Amino acid sequence: MQTTLSHEFSPRSLWQRWRWLIWLVVIIAIYSWAIGGLQFTGLQASAKEVSKSIANGLVHPDWAYVYNGSGEDLSTLTLQTLAIAFLGTIVSAFISVPFAFWAARTVHERWHLRSGSGKVMLTLIRTFPEIVLAIMFIKAVGPGSYAGVLAISIHSIGMLGKLFSESLENMDRGAEEAITSAGGNHAQVFALATVPTIMPEFISYTLYRFEIAVRSASILGMVGAGGIGTPMIFAIQTRNWPRVGIILLGIVVMVLLIDTLSEQLRKKLI
Amino acid sequence: MQATASQSDPIISFRHVNKIYNNGTVGLKDINFDIPRGQFLVVVGLSGAGKSTLLRTINRMHEISSGEVLVDNESVSAYKGKSLRQLRRKIGMIFQNFNLVKRSTVEKNVLSGLVSYYPTWKCVLGLFSADDRKRAFQALTRVSLTKKIFARADELSGGQQQRVAIARALMQEPKIILADEPIASLDPRTTKAVMDTLQRLNREDGITVIVNLHSVELAQQYADRIVGLRAGELVYDEDIANVTTEALDHVYQTDSEV
Amino acid sequence: MSYPEMPQRPWSQRHHVRAIVWTLVLIILLALSSWATGADFGMFLANLDQFTVLLVQMAHPAWDYLSVIIQPLYETIQMAILGTTIGAAFAIPFSILAAHNLVSNKYLRGLIRFVLDLVRTLPDLLLAAIFVAVFGIGSTAGVVTLAIFSFGMVSKLFYEVIETIDMGPLEAMKSVGASKITIIWYAVLPQVLNQFVSYFLYTLEINVRASTVLGYLGAGGIGVYLQRSLDQFNYSATAMIILATLVVVMVIDGVSNHLRRVLL
Repeated sequence: MQTTLSHEFSPRSLWQRWRWLIWLVVIIAIYSWAIGGLQFTGLQASAKEVSKSIANGLVHPDWAYVYNGSGEDLSTLTLQTLAIAFLGTIVSAFISVPFAFWAARTVHERWHLRSGSGKVMLTLIRTFPEIVLAIMFIKAVGPGSYAGVLAISIHSIGMLGKLFSESLENMDRGAEEAITSAGGNHAQVFALATVPTIMPEFISYTLYRFEIAVRSASILGMVGAGGIGTPMIFAIQTRNWPRVGIILLGIVVMVLLIDTLSEQLRKKLI
Repeated sequence: MQATASQSDPIISFRHVNKIYNNGTVGLKDINFDIPRGQFLVVVGLSGAGKSTLLRTINRMHEISSGEVLVDNESVSAYKGKSLRQLRRKIGMIFQNFNLVKRSTVEKNVLSGLVSYYPTWKCVLGLFSADDRKRAFQALTRVSLTKKIFARADELSGGQQQRVAIARALMQEPKIILADEPIASLDPRTTKAVMDTLQRLNREDGITVIVNLHSVELAQQYADRIVGLRAGELVYDEDIANVTTEALDHVYQTDSEV
Repeated sequence: MSYPEMPQRPWSQRHHVRAIVWTLVLIILLALSSWATGADFGMFLANLDQFTVLLVQMAHPAWDYLSVIIQPLYETIQMAILGTTIGAAFAIPFSILAAHNLVSNKYLRGLIRFVLDLVRTLPDLLLAAIFVAVFGIGSTAGVVTLAIFSFGMVSKLFYEVIETIDMGPLEAMKSVGASKITIIWYAVLPQVLNQFVSYFLYTLEINVRASTVLGYLGAGGIGVYLQRSLDQFNYSATAMIILATLVVVMVIDGVSNHLRRVLL
């Protein structure tokens, strides 16, 4: 046992005593760097006016835009947004399954090339921001909702593949063991044990991803990939604030509805 | 071998069975004994003593490192693919955690015991014959769970789930039932129901039952014969008539106490 | 041995009603969505060569572009730090008001939570578009966007932490007649501080990712260059930006993960 006296003079205690100060210096340094680096100049003088008109627009939304039969109104485009999110998520869920089996580390080996390469692949996919994918797909299929669908399908693989592979890694292998011990072959084990055990979790993750996709689909239109984002960005650029107000309202209602619905479904699943 | 031939011919024999895991841990050390047809054998020992491993070498859920495990006088190591599945078909297995598909119905779980009798595509589509559905129902009658046939497995209590697992094993029409700590996650009342069911199958159908147990008390209550494992070695083997609690306690001593 | 009569399966189970209904719903929704979005797999394949050209260009990142984007990358991190800090600072009082073990008024709590739910429905890029209109092009719009975005997220994480604290110290202080503020300062904050910082860092990670695209709509940072390169069809520059972003995100994630491990 060391005496308290010698303890006080050991370097460890010095570090402990002055640790807070070092942290403080580090934190102050980080924040001065962050604040100093940003340029807050060039703020629009009209910021106050614009805020006022935005607030005004939000209070008096352009109700006529909700439905006008043109096919370019809020209801139609909200539904289109949902369609983009839905189709993209479902397509992605299907593609994610093989990716998940690729990336899941299910056998205990020291060097697992298969799962390792799969994980790298999924990270690579996640690296591409959805908006960049959308622009890339617009080059391939032209502007419109289809590019949005493709962007969401591909981008979601990164997250769904990861979540799926993690649930494969952590799944209860009991039912598989039981079917094997009853004399089932690999295909039977898969069909009678793996699939029914893992399915609810896969569906739950897909629903969760759908919630995220709805938010994405509502902004992808800003770069021309269909849905409610396109009229939104036009309304902002033309400073049509009542129009912005009604679209915002539409998005909020849509997202809240989908979140609630999906949450209910997920609760029933698990 | 000469000596055992005079007894009724054994259904399972262990001959110098060793198991060493990849990381070097010894699982089983030179195990030698026979299990006669129709016996209710209980394997006792501390957790980690190799009970689970011993059980799983019989249906090749675990591979052995050397020696031989014979089932019906044939070495199980020789089996491969289809013949291995045929072997497993005649050995029903019951697990500590029941190993049911929790979100499927009881009936589906019971029917899944038939996998080895059906081609894969029929299993996938759930196309089991009306006869087999009837048999599933009968299997549930034997474990007194007919009322729950269309319930979801996770709606059942632990003891009921374990009985569903027994019914699933029964569908295989097994000659042997291996039960790995079947009551470890159950309360005392349901424990009795499960152990009684196993005893009935042993007495009424002549199924050889091998059960891993923690509890010495239960072992003495149900077993025809008790074997004890300690650190992968067979340290105890007596017919129930000769079992004494003191001798059995010896199995549970740790190395430092020996 | 005689067996009781085998029971009939319930009608709906016998005919797999649930499975059929769900499959039908899924198919109908898929068909409707395909129709609404004009999804056409053939069209994608027909234009595949163009897409391949694009990918090939991206496979050759313009390494010398790095010197151009290093400054905006710093700006992106700076935006994320400030945005997250402002968001988290506002989140603290709101999360205290939304925690059921600190605020017994059900209506106040419900109102606060509803406001937080509303804030969380808004996608970050949507906020960015609006704030660019308000503040003009530049990083101010980005900081405000990230502040609001993280406010919604952090508040929820924070009040969930507060709801798990040990109430013992609070009751002890209440019994000696301490004021609400005193109780929160001496009994609540010490219990939640580490978790708060951990969630703050987690949000910072997310914001660094988010801030890289905000510039696409003019809200400052690396996204401005992302948009420029895409508009000029300079895909090797785009690839370089994505790559550099990945490195930054990984470094921030690594530092933040390490700090969080130390904290918890």
